[in-house]
Amino acid sequence: MATAAGTIWVIAETNADGTLAKSSAEVATLARTLAEAAKASAVGIVVAADPKAAAHELAGYVPRVVAIAEPAADGNAWAQVAAQRVAPILASEAPAAVLTGAGPDGRDVAGTLAALLERPVLVNATAVAWDGGPSVEMSAFGGKLITTSAFADGEWGIVTVRPNVVTAEKASAAGKVEARKADGELELPVIKIVDRIEEAAAALPIEEARIIVAGGRGIGGEEGFKLVGEIADALGGAVGATRAAVDSGWIPYAQQIGQTGKIVKPQLYLALGISGAIQHKVGMQTAGTIIGVNRDPDAPIAEFADLVVIGDLFEVGKALLAELGSRG
Amino acid sequence: MRIVVLTKPVPDPAAAAERLTPDGRLDRAASPAVINGNDEYVLEAALKLSEAHGGEVTLLSMAPPNAVETMRKGLAMGAHRGVLVTDPALTGSDQWSTIQVLVAALGELEYDLVLAGFDTSDGVGGVVGAAVATRLKLPYLSSAARIEPDPDKGTVRVRRISPTGFDVLEAPMPALIVGTQLLGEPRYPSLKGIMAARSKEIVTHSLADLGLDGAAVGGKAARTKVTDQRKPPARGATQVVRGAPEEGAKAIVELLASRRLI
Ligand SMILES: Cc1cc2nc3c(=O)[nH]c(=O)nc-3n(C[C@H](O)[C@H](O)[C@H](O)COP(=O)(O)OP(=O)(O)OC[C@H]3O[C@@H](n4cnc5c(N)ncnc54)[C@H](O)[C@@H]3O)c2cc1C
Ligand SMILES: Nc1ncnc2c1ncn2[C@@H]1O[C@H](COP(=O)(O)O)[C@@H](O)[C@H]1O
Repeated sequence: MATAAGTIWVIAETNADGTLAKSSAEVATLARTLAEAAKASAVGIVVAADPKAAAHELAGYVPRVVAIAEPAADGNAWAQVAAQRVAPILASEAPAAVLTGAGPDGRDVAGTLAALLERPVLVNATAVAWDGGPSVEMSAFGGKLITTSAFADGEWGIVTVRPNVVTAEKASAAGKVEARKADGELELPVIKIVDRIEEAAAALPIEEARIIVAGGRGIGGEEGFKLVGEIADALGGAVGATRAAVDSGWIPYAQQIGQTGKIVKPQLYLALGISGAIQHKVGMQTAGTIIGVNRDPDAPIAEFADLVVIGDLFEVGKALLAELGSRG
Repeated sequence: MRIVVLTKPVPDPAAAAERLTPDGRLDRAASPAVINGNDEYVLEAALKLSEAHGGEVTLLSMAPPNAVETMRKGLAMGAHRGVLVTDPALTGSDQWSTIQVLVAALGELEYDLVLAGFDTSDGVGGVVGAAVATRLKLPYLSSAARIEPDPDKGTVRVRRISPTGFDVLEAPMPALIVGTQLLGEPRYPSLKGIMAARSKEIVTHSLADLGLDGAAVGGKAARTKVTDQRKPPARGATQVVRGAPEEGAKAIVELLASRRLI
C-alpha cells in the first residue's frame, strides 16, 4: 500500500438499486490512471445504507475501496450525509487529490467537502492529467475557450469531473474492500425524503447512448417527436431535446441536452429543427459526428456541424427513414 | 417570507465576447454582464413566493462595482433590494473565496430562505450553494423543481429532480435551496418595474465592512491557478446540402456509412 500522502480518492455515487453509478466508474478509472502517473494509490469510497454491491463493483476499478455503511444515507438527501462521513477520513490522510462526478450529487458532495475541509475546488473537468498535482482541463464560456488549472503550490483540493469525458475501464486485478461502520454524530441537518415521485423513463438514457437523435422547437409538438423516435429506433439511438421542446411540454426534462440539461458525448448527434444556441451547444459539441437538419441555412448549428441538410425536417426525416429502410 | 437570492453577474453568453486576461482572469471589460441565467429561475421562484406569502426578496452578489447595473434588472423584475459585495482585492477570487464572502455577507442578513442557481454559465461549478449551506449549517435542498414553504409550520418542501423522477424533501426554515429551470420561466421586467427599480436600495459592502481580510480572501489568497488557455481545436468544415429531401437523406446516410455509424 502506498503512503497516505500519495492517495487519490474517489467518492462514488450509487444508482437507486445500489449498483455503482456509471459516472463513478469513469471517475474511478481516471483516478487509477492518475495514480499510475503520480506513483500514488487510488482509493474509492462508497457511503450507502448497504454499500456492498457498489463497493465490489468499484473495486473492479481501483485497488482499494472503503465501504461505509450509513443508515442515514437512505431515505434522506444523500450528498451531505456522505460528505460528512468522508470528510474525517480525508482530513486524517492528507490526500493528493479528491475526485467526484460533476452531476448533481457529485457537485453537492464536492461543495460540502470543500466547506467542511476548507479546501479549494476545480470544477467540471473535461480531462485531468498529473503534473505534481491534478492538471485540470476545463471548457470555459460554453466551449469557446479551453483552460488548464491547478491547485496552488502545496495545496490539495477537490476536482469534479464531467460525465462522459473518460471511458470506464476495469483494472487488471480486482481491489480489496474494507468495510467500516459509520460513527459519530452527523452535524449538518439531515434532510428527509418524505415522498418519491416516479416518472416514466426513456427507453434508453441519453447519457449512455452511442447515437442521439434530438428534436428542437422545429419539431412542433408531441406528435412530431414520434418521427424523432422512429429515426432513433432505426439508428439504434436515444431521443434528446432542446429546452424549447422541454419547456413546451413535448418531452420530459430528463431528455434535455445542454447547459441546464445533460452533457452528452455520443458518436453521432442528429439535430432536427434545432438552431444550435450556445446553451444547447455546450451539452453536445464534443459529439463525434454532428448532423443538423434545418430549413434556415443561417442557423448557428451550420457553424459547427459536420453536415447540415437545408430543408424541412419532416420531409428529410421521412426520406431518411426510407433510405435507412432500403439498406435493410 | 424573507428570501435572499444569490445572483452572479456573468458575461453575456449571447454576446460571445468573453475572454481571459493573459494571467487567466476573466476580462470583465470585454463583455457586457447579465444576471447568470440559472439565477433568474430562482429569482422568479422567490418573486412568486413573496407574492404568495408576502415578504421581501434581497439580491446578493459578489462582483465588481458595475454589477449595480446588472442588479437593477433583478430589482426591475421585482426584487426589493440589493446587497453588493465589491472590493478591489476580490479580483481573481477562486470558489473558496466566493464561498467565504457570501457566507460573511449572509451573516449580516435575516432570511427564511436563501436561493442559489444550479450553476453559473461562466464557471459551471454548481458547488457554491452546497458549500455556503454547509458553512452556515443550514438545511440544504438542491436540484429543486418546485419550492413549497409552509410559513405556519416553519418548514419548506422541495421537489428534487432524481434520476427516476422527483424526491420530495422537507426541512425546517431557514434553509438554502438550489433551484433549476423547472421552477419556471423568469419574467421580463415591466416598464413600471424598471421605473421602480431606479429608487430601490443597493447596499455596497467592502471586505473590511464584512470583517474580512483582503490577504485571506480574494485574488491574493487564491488557491487555484490557471496555467494555460487555448482555443478548442476547430471541427472540420461543414458540408452543406440543399435540394430535394431525398438528396439530403442520401447525404446523411453516406456520411454515416463512411464513418461506420450504420
Ligand atoms: C440559463 C439558460 C439555460 C439554458 N439551457 C438550455 C439547455 O440546457 N438546453 C437547451 O437546449 N437550451 C437551453 N437554453 C435555451 C437556448 O438558449 C435556446 O433557446 C434553445 O436551445 C433553443 O431551442 P431550439 O433550437 O429547439 O429552438 P429555436 O432556437 O427556436 O430553433 C428552432 C430551429 O428549428 C428550425 N426549424 C423550424 N421548423 C423547421 C422545420 N419544419 N424543418 C427544419 N427546421 C425547422 C428553425 O429554423 C430553427 O433554427 C437555455 C437558456 C438559458 C437562458
Ligand atoms: N459571485 C457570486 N455572487 C453571488 N452569487 C454567486 C456568486 N457565485 C456563485 N453564486 C451563486 O452560486 C450558484 C452556483 O455558482 P457556481 O458554483 O459558481 O457555479 C450561482 O448560480 C449563484 O446563485
